Amino acid sequence: MYEIRFHGRGGQGAVVASTVLASAFFKEKKFVQAFPNFGAERRGAPVVAFTRVSDFEIRERFGIYEPDCLIVLDSSLTRRKGIVQGLKEGHWIIINSDKKPEDYVFLGPYRVATLDANTIAQEHGLGSSSVPIVNTTIIGAFSRATGMVAIGSIMDAVRENVPTHPEDNAKAAREAYEKVVF
Amino acid sequence: MKKVISANQAVSYAVVAAKAQVIAAYPITPQSSIVEMLAGFCATGALQAKFINVESEHSAMAACISASVMGARTFTATSSQGLALMHELLHYASGLRLPIVMANVNRALASPFNLKADLSDSLSQRDTGWLQFYCESGQEVFDTIIQSYRISEKLLLPVMVNLEGFILSHTYEIVDLPEQSQVDLFLPPAPARECLDVDNPCMFGSTTDYYINFRYKMHQDMEEAKTFCSEIDAEFKKVFGRDYGLVSTYLCEDADLILVTAGTIAGTCRVVADRCRARGMKVGVLRIRMVRPFPGKQICEPLRKAKKVAVIDRDFSPGCGGIFAQEVKASLQGINCGLPVYEFIAGLGGKDVTDKDIELIIEQTHNMPNRGESTWIGLLK
Repeated sequence: MYEIRFHGRGGQGAVVASTVLASAFFKEKKFVQAFPNFGAERRGAPVVAFTRVSDFEIRERFGIYEPDCLIVLDSSLTRRKGIVQGLKEGHWIIINSDKKPEDYVFLGPYRVATLDANTIAQEHGLGSSSVPIVNTTIIGAFSRATGMVAIGSIMDAVRENVPTHPEDNAKAAREAYEKVVF
Repeated sequence: MKKVISANQAVSYAVVAAKAQVIAAYPITPQSSIVEMLAGFCATGALQAKFINVESEHSAMAACISASVMGARTFTATSSQGLALMHELLHYASGLRLPIVMANVNRALASPFNLKADLSDSLSQRDTGWLQFYCESGQEVFDTIIQSYRISEKLLLPVMVNLEGFILSHTYEIVDLPEQSQVDLFLPPAPARECLDVDNPCMFGSTTDYYINFRYKMHQDMEEAKTFCSEIDAEFKKVFGRDYGLVSTYLCEDADLILVTAGTIAGTCRVVADRCRARGMKVGVLRIRMVRPFPGKQICEPLRKAKKVAVIDRDFSPGCGGIFAQEVKASLQGINCGLPVYEFIAGLGGKDVTDKDIELIIEQTHNMPNRGESTWIGLLK
């Protein structure tokens, strides 16, 4: 079982990211489950979503408390108390940030990968300049840093599941795959 | 074709596959995405159905009743307060013997206000004459909607398909969406029935001294439903390769302790049962899928050989306890086996029911010599 927790802000697309990533794993014959942290959604408010991946049928029907990976869509969330709660030591944190991974050593004994997803998403016309939609971009970086799922599967899942500008989203994921720093 | 979709999407695809002709529904969290998707399908013509916008759930059910009386295959979906608002008309739908199918996304009833999963909304409608199913996966939701049209159109009783809010409705997982030709093979157009005919006017549901006889007929048909639903399930398996039973059992044959529950909690129970087995503790799981009619015989049979039973209810009848626990105890009374039933209330208002919670329930059931009052899991300190 491999469990991922997404941290984003309402409007960035964290929930969709969790489902698209699940679809990418499904393309590689994995069993998957993706779900949001249930509640009322508000633009700009912190949002949490989850993806579960397994070689076997997933029967677990409860939350994820000890994830194997964090994907953070807004770097300001790294300053929030409890952001790394439950994350297993030595595991990956993928952060949308223009800083270097070393700038995040304060988070603890984890492996950090960073990429400037805001710029990449904007260059591909995803979202607005105030709220770039970085969800498809950042999962490209996840693919490269963790090696858990192929970028081709990510791009196919993006093309199939993103309703608007699927090709631009897929290209943004590819660029993130190439530019991620870790 | 297999796709990663949410259970609410599975509901919508199933309604399209079933070729519903009239849909009347009012949006409510966490059901809204069903209504949005179906309204979209009706607008684009992907589903050739009349979508009736209504101002309330009461009106939604009134519209479904009217359409069904005219012979249309109808569908609605709701949740929580919306279902409560429908209550009066639920009796009309079953009393008029109308084959309406509804998806109810289980959500806690206010007050206090809560958007999350709780089975009390549909269980408080269990005496309205609707058949009730409780699902545990997106696949089962899709399949049960398809099955429900066959069931309701044969028995002339409405069917409610329940799925837990968010835990199922908003969870994306792999669902196999069958070819339309396969669905058509299993679910042909509805058989002819007595309908309102404007050229030959008659009255539906008039005043009569035969009221008691109508109720008796409903009782007989509900009894028949247990057999018929099993037959439909077997036929479904022949076409699609999947079946569910009225109840589903896991490792119950030699179990000393059996966990009884409904909905998604069952999946987590099976994970924990496997862990217990690895430690030499014989734990089994029985999931109740159909609640009306209540399959007492099918529930008692696997429980008969166990030493203890723990019923986990994500629902609650104030002043009485867990609703499944009461039903199970009443059924066991019939076979007079003296099996102790331990009662647990868990997960109300969407409270997460974790593997650790289930381990605690097993431990308590194992260690308690006598069953006491119901135990509440997950109360905040």
